Amino acid sequence: MSASGDRRAAVLALFLAAMLSAIPISAGEIPLALRRSGYDFMSRETRAMQDDDSVNPAMLWVKDGEALWNARAGSADRACSDCHGDARQSMKGVAARYPAYDPAKRRPVNLAQRINICRSERQHAPALAYESANLLALAAYLGLQSRGLPIAVAIDERTRPFLEAGREIFNRRQGQLNLSCAQCHDEHWDKKLAGNPITQADPGGYPLYRLEWQGLGSLERRLRNCLSGTRTQAYAYGSPEFVDLELFLMWRWRGMKVETPAVRP
Amino acid sequence: MARALITVPASARHGEIIEIKAIVGHPMEPGFRRTQLGTLIPRDIVTQFACTYNGVEVFSADLYPAISANPYLAFFTVATESGTLVFNWIGDNGFSVTESAAIAVT
Repeated sequence: MSASGDRRAAVLALFLAAMLSAIPISAGEIPLALRRSGYDFMSRETRAMQDDDSVNPAMLWVKDGEALWNARAGSADRACSDCHGDARQSMKGVAARYPAYDPAKRRPVNLAQRINICRSERQHAPALAYESANLLALAAYLGLQSRGLPIAVAIDERTRPFLEAGREIFNRRQGQLNLSCAQCHDEHWDKKLAGNPITQADPGGYPLYRLEWQGLGSLERRLRNCLSGTRTQAYAYGSPEFVDLELFLMWRWRGMKVETPAVRP
Repeated sequence: MARALITVPASARHGEIIEIKAIVGHPMEPGFRRTQLGTLIPRDIVTQFACTYNGVEVFSADLYPAISANPYLAFFTVATESGTLVFNWIGDNGFSVTESAAIAVT
């Protein structure tokens, strides 16, 4: 092989190495094999609530979500099912791919935002408020259709900048306590905070029934809890920062199973 | 929120002991909490639950403020004949929910 051929091969190898490192792995990141769902940190009794749909109170919302899926809404007088058919087939695996890129918005949107885009553009109905019972019900019903499937958000050249923005938020020290998400959830997930397990920041079961809330809530509501716990000014529901962080958390949880509607203490 | 979730076996053998599970959607506001401005949030709870099996009461319960939201009750009865189980929850502010489930006994 000629000298120039060697050089070309070396340049190609460097290029490939650069491609592979386009998704850098930070030192503190939890190895894929060591990831544990929040479920693994729960008591036997709380696990039993999640394991049995007949005792999981989140199923109250799921039942509502199914009714909403089939109910006509808006001036278009169309139901979700009029376009999408039976959610049990058409929505299988969809929640596992969110947040996903929306070409019109030119950024990723989460499942709640996608539901509202459909409502405003297809059904010509008013958007549902974040954390409203109906939006949580629809999101829980859709999430259930992906239960047990591996999380697989699409990372490509369009979504990577948002993934990196989310990673930056996750690793950024913020708030009066000057803590980053990573300091607890990457570095100290095997320890406890005020007697409670810290866990690995598992985004796979939302919307979920939290005993502390006595109700169903979204991932953003949970993130707001964490932010106020570190005395950080919380982002608004649906803000780009939250969706970027959600995208990063779901990417970080890739391959783990959707548990919606989960139960947490 | 859906009003209630009922779990009753669709069929059972005569004389079989069957488990029945019932959850009702309710905030169970205990009446001891205050808002951020200090005003008392009035009590709003489910106070009574009863289950009848073809008109005969087989289980009933009184509920109190310390019970969590969306109260869950599970109980057993003996499958005697095919028919209907009717579930009724009564609470503050005129709260009343009735659900029913059919059972076939062979």
